[in-house]
Amino acid sequence: MNDFLKNTIRFALFIFVQVYVLDKIPHLHKFITPYIYYLFILWLPFSISRQWLLITGFFTGLTLDYFSMTPGLHAAACTLVAYVRPFIINILTPRDSSEFNYKEPSPLAMQWTPYAVYVFILTLLHHGYLVLLEWLSFGSFLDFLIKVVATTGISLLLIFTVELLFPRKLRFRTNTA
Amino acid sequence: MRNVFLFLSRYRTFFTFLLLQVVALWFLVSYNRFHRAKFLGIANEVTGRVNSQYNRVEDYFTLKEENRRIHRYNDSLLNLLKNNFAKHDTTGQFLQDSVPFDTLGHYRRYYARPATVVYNTVNSQKNFIQVNRGSSQGIKDNMAVISSDGAVVGVVVNTSPNFAQVMSLLHVQNSVSASLKRSGDFGTAEWDGKDPRFLVLKKIPKTVEVKNGDSVLSSPVSFNYPPGYLIGTVAEVKLDNTTGMYQLRIRTAANFTNLQQVHILENLDYAEQTTLNQETKKKIETAPKNPK
Repeated sequence: MNDFLKNTIRFALFIFVQVYVLDKIPHLHKFITPYIYYLFILWLPFSISRQWLLITGFFTGLTLDYFSMTPGLHAAACTLVAYVRPFIINILTPRDSSEFNYKEPSPLAMQWTPYAVYVFILTLLHHGYLVLLEWLSFGSFLDFLIKVVATTGISLLLIFTVELLFPRKLRFRTNTA
Repeated sequence: MRNVFLFLSRYRTFFTFLLLQVVALWFLVSYNRFHRAKFLGIANEVTGRVNSQYNRVEDYFTLKEENRRIHRYNDSLLNLLKNNFAKHDTTGQFLQDSVPFDTLGHYRRYYARPATVVYNTVNSQKNFIQVNRGSSQGIKDNMAVISSDGAVVGVVVNTSPNFAQVMSLLHVQNSVSASLKRSGDFGTAEWDGKDPRFLVLKKIPKTVEVKNGDSVLSSPVSFNYPPGYLIGTVAEVKLDNTTGMYQLRIRTAANFTNLQQVHILENLDYAEQTTLNQETKKKIETAPKNPK
């Protein structure tokens, strides 16, 4: 399937689930919203240029923002995630090995541990920045920390559930293909 | 210059990131009231003043819409007003005082209850007024009704548990004992059924001096009306040559067309007085023809 088409469908699905399922359910313990939509950015192909990655991230966040009536909030967080993503990938994958054997980041392409770290760091960044903007005051630093940690935990749980439930069938790329 | 471009192109990803961040934050600040308030708090006072001045000017352009909105809102409030709804009221219950005499020998003779007109006509020949007090609030037949400014309106002729029917002065069968304030002469105020603004005062002898504008009060010899309430003022003095009595046109003091709040006055001695009156008549009529 065409990469562009596949990612468009993915984008629609993630936004749909985020807006109509995860944002609709009562917030856990009144203040934790589970987030999963930014997994779309995490799943974008390795080959995408950093400029496009940034712009895609920005508009992903903005789309969600217009659904949740908070223009700019998720866009800012997503842009940050999209900016940091290549650095993390560079650190976690040895330059000379399997980097481009698979199209996109996945447990298969990166091994479970590096992939888990990759997801964890970006999730933490996303939620940290999001909650920081949302609260915009360090008034109660403990509340801020608790919310970041709890939201991150829930999101990680969701993401790994998704990874296990819907394993992506990624072709091993060879030079001949 | 070339170095600048080199620098920009080398770090273009970072600059794109910065640009997008700024755009996102700008969205955030300009669309979310909470964040805007936060940033305005940080911004210095001058910015705040400029903003509020601009706001004041801008308000003028939305005044028309604002007016329309307020008018709509008023209209909706108007429909919620209390006087759109009627309610049975028992606060006017009269309780007999255990000590009706005060130390000066006064006792209560008239007791007033407030009432609201719920139905009223002026253009028939037999006009009735309905008020929202009835027998369960102590209203009885033959009680006097005066308007909120103290002008005579009529007399109760019928009651239901919560409403009372009042025969207005503008009823061709109505006849009120009236007296001229200037001389104290008694007459009878009636209505000829023509003009709801004027009554006719009859039975004032032509020896009495009457001028236009003289006040006509309820007389002290009435059973149901307390004395001294204004019925109207003399509008036209006409002498009926056949009877030698005046036919005075009286402009009513009460405005019957917009009557709203009235008081119902009860003569606490009414039963005693009327009973005495009837007993007397009976006694005289049945008495032996030959006195002595």
